[in-house]
Amino acid sequence: MVVGVNFEFSDEQNLLRDQARGFLQDECPTTLVRGILDGEDSYARELWERIGQMGWTATVIPETYGGLGATYLDLCVISEELGRAIAPVPFSSSVYLASEALLLVGTEAQKEKWLPKLATGEVIGTFAIGEGSGRPSPANLSVKAVNGKVTGTKIPVPDGDIADFAVVVTSSESGDGASFYLVELEGTERETVATLDPTRSHAKLTFNGAEASLMGAEGEGWTTVETLFNRAAVLYAWEQVGGSEAALDQAKEYALGRYAFGRPIAGFQAIKHKLANVYVKNTLARSNGYYGAWALTTDAPELPIAAATARVSGTQAYYFASKENIQTHGGMGFTWEFDCQFLYRRSKLLSVAIGSESWWQDKLITAIERGQAA
Amino acid sequence: MDFNDTPEEAAFRDEAKQWLDANVPAPDELKGLDEIERSKLWQKRKYDAGWACIRWPKEYGGRDASAIEQVIWNQEESRFNVPGGVFGIGQGMAAPTMMAWASEDDKVKHLPPLASGEHIWCQLFSEPAGGSDLAALRTRAEKDGDDWVINGQKIWTSGAHFSDYGILVVRSDPTVAKHKGLTYFFLDMKSPGVEVKPIKQISGGANFNEVYFTDVRIPDSQRLGAVGQGWQVALTTLMNERAAIGGGGMGVGFDRIFELAKRINIDDRPAIEDRQVRAKLADWYCQEAGLRFTGYRSMSALSRGDTPGPENSIGKYVGASKTQDMASFAMDLLELSGALWDSEHGEESGIYAATYMGAPGGRIAGGSDEIMLNILAERVLGMPQDVRLDKGIPFNEIPTGSN
Repeated sequence: MVVGVNFEFSDEQNLLRDQARGFLQDECPTTLVRGILDGEDSYARELWERIGQMGWTATVIPETYGGLGATYLDLCVISEELGRAIAPVPFSSSVYLASEALLLVGTEAQKEKWLPKLATGEVIGTFAIGEGSGRPSPANLSVKAVNGKVTGTKIPVPDGDIADFAVVVTSSESGDGASFYLVELEGTERETVATLDPTRSHAKLTFNGAEASLMGAEGEGWTTVETLFNRAAVLYAWEQVGGSEAALDQAKEYALGRYAFGRPIAGFQAIKHKLANVYVKNTLARSNGYYGAWALTTDAPELPIAAATARVSGTQAYYFASKENIQTHGGMGFTWEFDCQFLYRRSKLLSVAIGSESWWQDKLITAIERGQAA
Repeated sequence: MDFNDTPEEAAFRDEAKQWLDANVPAPDELKGLDEIERSKLWQKRKYDAGWACIRWPKEYGGRDASAIEQVIWNQEESRFNVPGGVFGIGQGMAAPTMMAWASEDDKVKHLPPLASGEHIWCQLFSEPAGGSDLAALRTRAEKDGDDWVINGQKIWTSGAHFSDYGILVVRSDPTVAKHKGLTYFFLDMKSPGVEVKPIKQISGGANFNEVYFTDVRIPDSQRLGAVGQGWQVALTTLMNERAAIGGGGMGVGFDRIFELAKRINIDDRPAIEDRQVRAKLADWYCQEAGLRFTGYRSMSALSRGDTPGPENSIGKYVGASKTQDMASFAMDLLELSGALWDSEHGEESGIYAATYMGAPGGRIAGGSDEIMLNILAERVLGMPQDVRLDKGIPFNEIPTGSN
């Protein structure tokens, strides 16, 4: 890599960030997040419609499929703001996973059918890989596809209760590989499951010979999982960066307004050093997010390293920021009434969403061993 | 977003590269010279060709280069193992202070020999009673005719034993509040009454010193700023005491530990296959990458002509602990032989032991970890300063302890 000096978002992207932040401040206040947490809805329907109207779901979908054909840098900017707002919408499932899977291995017919509707947000897609506890691998997949029909159970599937279709990872018909199948979920047996973060719904999907169409080559799906996760990791990392910053802002604001022993607790070194350490981790995560964003946008060979670097840093920063935010709030931070819980919940959900911290630490070293370094 | 220079920057980089390729001293040329002689040789060569202190105005020995050109130069120079380091305080801290506060005559007289490496300067700030609380320093300055008479002691003065000049903050009035009674001077280190005593460090080296002042006379013309304005002048110096952007080179870093973990076995398998080892390496990689890309962000700001944000100030804080932890971890990987610090028998001449013993200094020098966190909390996050019990109290009435 040439060491150079144009490592910044463009003025247009900074403008997009400001617009997105302003929009979400108005349309996605924490009262909206709380409404989903406490209520019956699986997601914020009106917000999702507005997001579709704004074209965010269309960002990187090519114009030939009804998208905007913008860059992944633009999408990173939007991800950061959705993360900051703890938005209760199926954006990551539909955009980072389902749309990306179609762009990677979808057939022309699949792309023509789904991408235009994913772009407008009128259709929600998701990605079904997990089948219970532990790290998924081609060897432990029990969901099968035989003669274009999928059978088996996936749990938990993000937004599985509201999605129109799922990209399902199955064990391959022969050998020990994996395959991708697209399954329309109408008629599929699905059950909403309770999770740590009810502001992002999950479901158990039971397929009983569901009609499915193959995506990509039969048996070569695990390579696609790796690629898909590397790409999605950058976008998840930007959500984590946004969330980490929200946690720091929340903690700082509270510490400045909360008095003890006759002065704001923000003046105590125990609090100052705690939040300075949050700032340090957030800064490292943001800078590594730039690296990931650059690699994703330019399709750089360094993507496996850049994605893992951004992802590990993002996961660590968000966990640290969200737990220390509660700590800074003291007892009030532990109450249902306060908003600290939203960030703490979301930080862990994002951390396990596409592979845990230790999984990505391992992937990072593997990528470096393979010489994909800059 | 990309990693490419602008055409002007690329042209500058090429020019710098070409000059460096042709002029970096060969090992033979440096044979028999000590570290200071080597540094002076290289610095003079740069100066004569217009590559010394390139950001400075030409009339003071510089090149009128831009901030981003300075970064590019630092990057290119750091690709070579060139001698240096002894000029850092003079060129990096004393010179900017002189530029801001000295008379034109003194600038013309003192800055070019700083740029050429003829003169080495040191910084006489810290005292036994004034470390993190620098403004608590006690060394006295009393006016006597056109001179000031200095009595007291400085400590942690890097390079004082080979310095020609020093910058000095002293107490000119103990009856006013702490920050208001300070005055700032520069002085000839060969002045009568200056005594330098090296301090041996836990790492075995002796890079810094105690400096004693006994009736040392400094002409009033060598005062920088007004009487009582010393703190403000000192802030000019301290603002320049931050990690330079874009440099390179670290002794114990990810690459070295990664290679070690491939070579060393745990239970007859390469250590790199161990999950715990991988997790630690990954974290260090992320920290190094995060610092590197934070630097790139600052460079991008410079390239656009903007002032970099505060993000670069995390560098020393993150880097110092990382170095310490990596050295400790490497020694663990080596098991008992990790304790060897022997140029013949130890792993890579005992670099891990040396780093392990040197690292605590990195966490203290130039603002301890705790001070760095205070700075981040106060200047970046806007959190309040600590309560100061000595605020507004005349200095000579502030309570003192026994350590």
